[in-house]
Amino acid sequence: MEIPYAVKIRPDTGLYNAKIGIWLFLASEVMLFGALFSSYILLRVNADPGTWPLHLLNVKLGAVNTLVLILSSVMVVFGWASLKMNNFRAYQVYQGITLLCALTFLGIKSFEYRDKFNHYEVQLKNGRIADGHINRANEDTNFFAFEAGRVVASHADLMVPAAADVKLEELKIPMSDIQDRADGKGKEIENYGPWHSSYLAIYFVLTGLHALHVIGGAIVIFAIWGPLAGVWKTDPERYINRVEVSGLFWHFVDLIWIFLFPVLYLL
Amino acid sequence: MQDSSHAPEAHHEELGFWRKYIISTDHKVIGIQYGITALLFMLFGLCLMLLMRWQIGHSGQAVPFLGRLLLKIHGPDMISADKTGTLGVISAVLYNSYGAMHGTVMVFLGVVPLAFGAFGNFVTPLQIGAPDMAFPRINMASYQFYLLGGLVMLASFFIPGGAAKSGWTSYSPLATVGDLHRPNGQTFWIVGMVCLINSSLLGAVNFITTIVQLRVKGLNWMRLPFFVWAQFVTAFLLLLAFPPLEAAGVLQLADNLLGTSFFLPTGLVVSGTALHVSGGGSPLLWQHLFWFLGHPEVYVLILPAMGIVTEIIANNTRKPVWGYRSMVYSVLVIGFLSFIVWAHHMYLTGMGTRIATFFQTTTMMISIPSVIILTSLLISLWGASIRFTVPMLFALAFLPMFGIGGLTGLPLGFNVSDIYLHDTYYVIAHFHYIVAPGTIFALFAGIYYWYPKATGRFMSDFWGKVHFGLSFIFMNAVFLPMFFQGMAGMSRRMYDGGLTYAEVPAAAGSPGIPGLSPFVLGLNRTILWAAVCLGLAQIPFIINFFWSIRHGRRAASDNPWEATTLEWQTPTPPPHGNFDRPMEVFRGPYEYSVPGQARDFTTQNEPETAQPLTHGDSVRS
Amino acid sequence: MREHTLEHAADGGGHSVEEAKKHMRTYAIVGVALMIGTGLTVWAAFINFGSREINIIAALVIASTKGFLVAGFFMHLISEKKLIYSLMACTVFFAAALMFLTLHSMSQGSIVHMR
Repeated sequence: MEIPYAVKIRPDTGLYNAKIGIWLFLASEVMLFGALFSSYILLRVNADPGTWPLHLLNVKLGAVNTLVLILSSVMVVFGWASLKMNNFRAYQVYQGITLLCALTFLGIKSFEYRDKFNHYEVQLKNGRIADGHINRANEDTNFFAFEAGRVVASHADLMVPAAADVKLEELKIPMSDIQDRADGKGKEIENYGPWHSSYLAIYFVLTGLHALHVIGGAIVIFAIWGPLAGVWKTDPERYINRVEVSGLFWHFVDLIWIFLFPVLYLL
Repeated sequence: MQDSSHAPEAHHEELGFWRKYIISTDHKVIGIQYGITALLFMLFGLCLMLLMRWQIGHSGQAVPFLGRLLLKIHGPDMISADKTGTLGVISAVLYNSYGAMHGTVMVFLGVVPLAFGAFGNFVTPLQIGAPDMAFPRINMASYQFYLLGGLVMLASFFIPGGAAKSGWTSYSPLATVGDLHRPNGQTFWIVGMVCLINSSLLGAVNFITTIVQLRVKGLNWMRLPFFVWAQFVTAFLLLLAFPPLEAAGVLQLADNLLGTSFFLPTGLVVSGTALHVSGGGSPLLWQHLFWFLGHPEVYVLILPAMGIVTEIIANNTRKPVWGYRSMVYSVLVIGFLSFIVWAHHMYLTGMGTRIATFFQTTTMMISIPSVIILTSLLISLWGASIRFTVPMLFALAFLPMFGIGGLTGLPLGFNVSDIYLHDTYYVIAHFHYIVAPGTIFALFAGIYYWYPKATGRFMSDFWGKVHFGLSFIFMNAVFLPMFFQGMAGMSRRMYDGGLTYAEVPAAAGSPGIPGLSPFVLGLNRTILWAAVCLGLAQIPFIINFFWSIRHGRRAASDNPWEATTLEWQTPTPPPHGNFDRPMEVFRGPYEYSVPGQARDFTTQNEPETAQPLTHGDSVRS
Repeated sequence: MREHTLEHAADGGGHSVEEAKKHMRTYAIVGVALMIGTGLTVWAAFINFGSREINIIAALVIASTKGFLVAGFFMHLISEKKLIYSLMACTVFFAAALMFLTLHSMSQGSIVHMR
């Protein structure tokens, strides 16, 4: 039993089934990310003064990632167009570059995440705050060691990056100088994970969910490019449709990042 | 992405039991899977309700017979002994769990999967002349996500801390700080909801694509049965309204498991200790994201029911539905407006009068197309030859029941009156009237109506009428008193049934304290007994449903109800691929009693030049 | 056989082989435009306009333009059937409604104020 219009277009709508299906799915994704962007706006506008950071993230890495995704989008659409021109080799090359771009993006993102988990904020008993990257090589449990840190007067001072003339240096803070938690569960030492602030929370959720979409899209593109490439020989129209539909998803992933980058990194 | 692209096969090899019934991609099998699963969940939801009503009516007394079983499931933290030493007293915390899960199970695991997943899947491709849904494997995946979500929800009863207990609305911060186990019932609830939302999204994509692309030749939009229009709009509501709740669920899961503060405000103190979180979040953000789905969700609950009722009324009045075109435009307008009314659930959050007025206006506007649909169905009865079959009884009852439910919603839609009625039993009565004697009656109607197509047999007429009569009486007996309780000021979600707020009569030396009167509190007992009888009234239905598969009166033809729509043009039960001959549609869906025709109905696919039958050729079964 | 099927290729834009070649050039130009846009966004973010609102508006305008290019050209929305772009237009409307109505519910006049 064959489902009509799975490959050929239906004359009055001019579309094949999967194309409608993917656009419907993308509509639901617009609502998903739209809700998350709404949440971002609300959290930011409602934030207490001095709690929302500016330029906390590495703009250079974010910009590189943006260019990487744009390149991958161009490669995806080149790949599809090559198939329409019956050039399977060119498609294989273009789509391969797309997959490399995906891996690069994820690699850079992992580096950024690790960087955040190594960034610590330590509350001192004298009311000041020590902030910077932890020295993981330190084995002396009486001290908390920064490999590059600074001490500031208040939490609000951490909301902008250190001024150009401020040097980050190695710091060793005795544990006895560090504030205890009010609930008795240890010291006031916290890294820049999603629990640290509303900004980091929405940053991790937005980029994390986006990264999951990158992984999902890459897996589908890879499956069509690799294990399922045989369909090109047996049913080329169906194959081109698959490439087109997965390409639409990939462009959407790029589109979301085009908004994520300025919102999270630049503003 | 679909099955084999080879030429259509005349037959395919016989599938084994596993591929035929368990991992089938056939929309009819999937529809029945959804149906049976949903009915089981609804029975479970009914049981939760009975336990709650017992506690409300007999606060502090042990549940009869079930004490030991409840203790085994919930543990001594939640089940204790009463004054006489009998085990089985439901604690306040457990009552909250029952309440949260009753709502969740009924809405997300019961009614929507039955109305959309079961009826939608089974009937829609048949009514549009299609061989199956556009994406059969995605269809199977959507059922599997649903089942997984349901099992996760059920499993939550057995973990430390028990099931979710912060309402089906899961408001933060209570949802995050109410139960300090990690993971807890709330974690399971959110994960279950994510599974269910994904199931609905896949289903929605499938339904819309199918209805757009797979309509048979000649079946243009204004010839579609209203049932298909209703499912079409419902699919759009699910597609666009669910994702914000999925987003919110992810955020609340982060609050629950990662210690974030999306919905936790700064300075939250729990049991005397400041909560060690970053703060800066907004509980209202959760409410907005939840109700953005929550309101379209209630239209998801009602639209398929309106679709079912329309089919049955046309068929059993032997007349076209009055105002088909208006009904179609109305359902489209309802779909659109339902996205911009949601904050009428939030009138008491301090929004400010301008935005509250906006939502009040859109809420009033959306009542208009709803009334148009109800009125069209009522007018359709005028001058009709009504056949009082069992489906028709339920469909007829739907009309006044939905009328009561809908009209009682008006004081809730107005900002001012809602200040008094919000979170009282009036609200409970209002929405239960729409869903219980409303939607659920329509779903019963649909089961009795399409049963002969799925099985080739009728359900017992006598027991169907018994089921109808008893259900009708007891539905009203359960929910009508709740209006009065609500107007007397009785709040929702009180595990002691309002005893804390009982009035203290004036006595010598004291003026007394105003509160809930003995009459209002006494209604709790009435409702309990009505609820028990309502539950018992479902037993004939359950027996009838299974017994009739083998022993019901055989349907003498493929079209025993003499209906006009395409689902009755298949063999019975429909085989894989549905139709045994090419289908083409020549006319609208409700050509009943057309003047000049010999029969009182003309099917959609009957060619224009067919000879009228002589009177001797009766097709009555 | 394959050329035959490709001439009747099933796709929403009705592309033939010749058209696909022209489109490659368009895609390349759009790709370059997007990269320039990225540079522009970064540069504009560090200019001090006096009020942060202008930075925000500038960034959103550039992002929207880039988004429009991706959606319009890479996703072929500019030549897509009415069914598809009316679906997306509706969706964008509802997403915007969610955003604006939620924000406005917390503006002046409400107990919960925006800062």
